[in-house]
Amino acid sequence: MRLFNDTDWLNRALWYVRKKRDAAAKSVPEWEELRKAASNIKAHTITHLDRYLEEFEKNALKNGIKVHWAIDAKEHNRIVESILQKFGAKKIVKSKSMLTEECELNPYLENRGYEVIDTDLGERIVQLAKQKPSHIVLPAIHLKKEQVAEIFKQNSSDPTYLTGVAREQLRKHFESADAAITGVNFAIANEGAFVVCTNEGNADLGTSLAKVHIAVMGIEKIVPTLQDLGVFLRLLARSATGQAITTYSSIFKKPSEGKEIHLIIVDNGRSKILSETKFTNALKCIRCGACMNTCPVFRRSGGHEYNYVIPGPIGSCLGAARDIKKHGKMAFASTLCGSCDNVCPVKIDLHEQLLALRGKYKEAVSERKDKFYKLAFVILKYPLLYKAATKILQFMPHSFYKKAWGSSRTVPKAAKKSFSEIYKERIEG
Amino acid sequence: MAKAALFVPCFVNSIYPNVALATLKILQDLGFEVEYPPNQTCCGQPFFNSGFIKEAKELAQNFVKNFKNYDYIIAPSGSCISMVKVHYRELLPPKEFEDISKKSFEICEFLHDVAKVKELNVSFPHTVALHQSCHGLRELELGVSSELNLPYNSKVLNLLNLVKDIKIVPLKNSDECCGFGGTFSINESELSVKMGRDKLANFKASGAQFLVGYDNSCLMHLASLDPNLKSLHVVEILAGAANETL
Repeated sequence: MRLFNDTDWLNRALWYVRKKRDAAAKSVPEWEELRKAASNIKAHTITHLDRYLEEFEKNALKNGIKVHWAIDAKEHNRIVESILQKFGAKKIVKSKSMLTEECELNPYLENRGYEVIDTDLGERIVQLAKQKPSHIVLPAIHLKKEQVAEIFKQNSSDPTYLTGVAREQLRKHFESADAAITGVNFAIANEGAFVVCTNEGNADLGTSLAKVHIAVMGIEKIVPTLQDLGVFLRLLARSATGQAITTYSSIFKKPSEGKEIHLIIVDNGRSKILSETKFTNALKCIRCGACMNTCPVFRRSGGHEYNYVIPGPIGSCLGAARDIKKHGKMAFASTLCGSCDNVCPVKIDLHEQLLALRGKYKEAVSERKDKFYKLAFVILKYPLLYKAATKILQFMPHSFYKKAWGSSRTVPKAAKKSFSEIYKERIEG
Repeated sequence: MAKAALFVPCFVNSIYPNVALATLKILQDLGFEVEYPPNQTCCGQPFFNSGFIKEAKELAQNFVKNFKNYDYIIAPSGSCISMVKVHYRELLPPKEFEDISKKSFEICEFLHDVAKVKELNVSFPHTVALHQSCHGLRELELGVSSELNLPYNSKVLNLLNLVKDIKIVPLKNSDECCGFGGTFSINESELSVKMGRDKLANFKASGAQFLVGYDNSCLMHLASLDPNLKSLHVVEILAGAANETL
């Protein structure tokens, strides 16, 4: 991993969000109980997913929502295209969905002649800049307002002015779009309805104007009841940005007259994660991004240094749990400080997961220990060798340590006598 | 009489013998019978954290062999005790784990919760700021971390407050990781160094003379970035041993 080019600036920006989250969390006296409740609801739901998914589908169909199932990204993209074809749609407005990023829907559609407009302001910025989001809630957090002005080809970098420019341009797209695609934050099993949370109302505007709404969700997005939803809505925005609730939390239950809602339920590796008990906790994630804002590594590296579509602690867990050989290395890009565990609104044991994934990675790539670990293990296994090594280390030249610990540091000196030597002398009088 | 075993992590043994001596002293001053099991080596954390589970397991078994016959296992390191108390769950049979886990204590935790120290006849007429190392804070719960909505408490500060003439000043982001992270400091050197420098900048801004902590690994990392840093393990102050070594 590399440091972000303006580390202090990024660190300050993300820490500001973490502080806002702290204030919001501390404004709710029962915050810690709420986290426990959310964690329990998710644990229950993901271990009874078969039941809740079927219940959800039954109720959604009853409401007039058309439900599709996709085993992987390929099938997901094909289904989206088939719906667009049915409506003769060519232009699509899309609100934020990490699942469509995961399935690489935009390039799939663009290669086939469709025009896809990301309507979340942050996503629009990275789309115009031909970049990828660096954060799941704050996709353009890595860009300064001056850079945004450049991307928008504007002279002023005033945030309000730039937002105005984006609104003006996006409005035209909203008005002329044939279809709207949104993600799903929660799907309520007993209602057959789903929830989309945004701060900009872009999902609502898009779906209200277009004749077809395509919503896409991973199988883990289910909550059993509307009561359960209340727990998550209280946690989501507070954890994400420090707001009490997202500006728009819209429940979609049935299509309005003359329109259709299509919902695609996607597996794409999730049931594989579900099959490994040790790693199922990662499926509790509600994508608030709090673990990124608090992570001391993420705040200094930025999201683009991670090699999975979702960055930060949860991204490293999900990526590695999905494909250990490809993404397992990310589990090592953490100090295991555990701050992520403590901000997580659904109490995912993120740093424990990362630890377990390290073991899984070493096993999967059957990486042979390098000489250092081999030698260290033998020494530590045998007390006599350990004592001898402690002695030898006292006389090792400074350059030996220097090589191991890099050039920016001075190396601590071993004491003239180790504690074990002093202790032995005392005992033997 | 309860018998306590002193567990001295490998780097404390060779680089910071004074910290182990201070731990021994304060326990003996409190009237505990303390032994240093001579065949102890390492708890296995570097292997466990690097994904070498088989090796970590062998070292955990080794640890149990050396320490199982004592009533308490005490070390001046939050991180190493956390390995034993929390992570051995993954490496040992359940019963063996429960037994070794419940009697393992980081020294401050032991003084606060078991020995229930309420007064100390030591003085440290200096200004200090406390760095709250991650594993001790979040895994051993030596205090309440800033992320949680729970009443603030710090066992370590409670103990330091018993020291006469000491002045404790707040450290900004005192529970943010210093960037050591064991092998992280080698594998992700650039990030590790930056995190350390940020911690040092906060320390400098605190105006304290001494940076104190309960994990010499973090303090060692920070000292490697600033040769002029004055750092101490909390137990050196609590044992009244710090003034001698200054």
